[in-house]
Amino acid sequence: MKSVLPVLVVVAALIGLWYAAAVPMNVRGVLDEAERAGAEVVPASGAERRERAVWTLVVRNPGAIPATWAQERPRLPAPHQVAAELWDTTAGKSITSKRSLVYHGWVTLSATLLGFAIGTGLGILLAVGIVQSKVMDMSVMPWAIVSQTIPIIALAPMIIVVLYSVGVQGIIPKAVISAYLSFFPVVVGMVKGLRSPDAMQLDLLRTYNASAAQGLWKLRLPASMPYLFASLKIGIAASLVGAIVGELPTGAVAGLGARLLAGSYYGQTVQIWSALFAAAILAAALVGLLGLIERLVLRRMGVA
Amino acid sequence: MMLVALALVLWGLGWWLNLRIAEGPHAQSRAARLAVPLIFGAVVLAVWELLVRGLQVPLVILPAPSLIAARVAGSLPILWADFLQTFVKGALTGYVIGCTAAILTAVLVDRSDFLRRGVLPVGNFVAALPIVGTAPILVMWFGFDWQSKAAVVVAMVFFPVLVNTVAGLRETTAMQRDLMRTYAASYWQEFFKLRLPAAMPFIFNGLKIATTLALVGAIVAEFFGSPTLGMGFRISASVGQLSLDMVWAEIVVAALAGTVFYGLVALVEKAVTFWHPSQRG
Repeated sequence: MKSVLPVLVVVAALIGLWYAAAVPMNVRGVLDEAERAGAEVVPASGAERRERAVWTLVVRNPGAIPATWAQERPRLPAPHQVAAELWDTTAGKSITSKRSLVYHGWVTLSATLLGFAIGTGLGILLAVGIVQSKVMDMSVMPWAIVSQTIPIIALAPMIIVVLYSVGVQGIIPKAVISAYLSFFPVVVGMVKGLRSPDAMQLDLLRTYNASAAQGLWKLRLPASMPYLFASLKIGIAASLVGAIVGELPTGAVAGLGARLLAGSYYGQTVQIWSALFAAAILAAALVGLLGLIERLVLRRMGVA
Repeated sequence: MMLVALALVLWGLGWWLNLRIAEGPHAQSRAARLAVPLIFGAVVLAVWELLVRGLQVPLVILPAPSLIAARVAGSLPILWADFLQTFVKGALTGYVIGCTAAILTAVLVDRSDFLRRGVLPVGNFVAALPIVGTAPILVMWFGFDWQSKAAVVVAMVFFPVLVNTVAGLRETTAMQRDLMRTYAASYWQEFFKLRLPAAMPFIFNGLKIATTLALVGAIVAEFFGSPTLGMGFRISASVGQLSLDMVWAEIVVAALAGTVFYGLVALVEKAVTFWHPSQRG
């Protein structure tokens, strides 16, 4: 609770910086529009203005500053424009409309969740295999670690095209990319977690004559929960990035990635920013939800 | 069918060999630790090759490793130009700028307790967001060439490095700081001799995370527009022409670049934080 005030101050400072940055970013566009509308602009011709630095333009035309926060297609939209667009496209439209961010968000979210479920499921299975079998540990684990240093996302366009050519489309290709991105963090985190019981605890189970399966269910899996949740949080953020990037190369018509792409084609900056913030809110909500589940589970287990 | 059967036999053989080594008396030796993953990797490649040939998988779905290797060998100039554009100009420039800015910001933030308590949660929050999404905006601002890619990389690596550095600079104990004070150390003496070295494991953790992010940022930013070269451009263009061997060749280059980049940062870490328990094991 102590950090509420500092966080608010930092956020306010960032928003203030954003408003300040919007002035020099947009001033040229505003002055061009003002000139076309017949208003008084210093210097008067566009060619002359191109010679000047943005700061001199701001100082010479102080009257243009409010207009830089209210342009139709600004280079950098002001925070309230993005907030208005977000509100307009979530609450203002019916959720089945093609222009509703809720609709696009759901398209991305469903692929994210499906991929996340597949990725974490397979990841946990592989981690159990690695911990139980020495051969798998020695042969697979180094590759799992190396694969974390590879920009796996480069595979995204290919996965989509390959799956398309065998007749799979829609949600599945995006989910495959999501699964792929969340898979390795979960494997590495889970292996660490399943190995976290110390020698004393393992010895105790041995004195009980516990089988390997009993050791897994009664000691290793419960002990791995904190590690599991830490890697789940990384995994879901990676899944969301995967689903968004998966929408880029196909020219998808729905989803947050498609909104980003369409916005960048048509110069709709406000639309790009609102899609970006929708993605950020989604990511924050997913990570926050996992954090809540983590707290409940760990408290129920008496760990935290 | 012969080739498929051969693939299965080879798989069994490789597994048996690894089983023998892993369960054998020399399982902990360095050679065994190196040999087992290498055998596994080689078997996977061989099985891939045999299955693709045996089942006559079309090129559009999965090219054989030999075909990919031939493509890599055959188009080295293109791959090298793409590598320079995306990795050296885009990713590396952005990485250096972003990490330097993040570490300097962290040092500034660290001077005020109020700022630190505000920046840490905000930074942690932003580090979890899909920052790749800023790519279309930055491409619009900085043009199609490598500058916009470097800008995306800066945005991506900044927050993970910032958060790790700020956390690392808090790592000293009160006892250590008191000792420095009894020596009458100035702020900067304490900083360079105690707090910065103590923060190094954390900083390098951030730097290592940032290596992968840098490559991802540079490649994905090219999907939003680029000059007619670069790894991301080549991948999306080749996917469009269905020449998947070229895509795989770029992925091989990206994987190598990512691994070597990470390895180099890890090497520097080893030299700088030689005193840390995790490096002495």
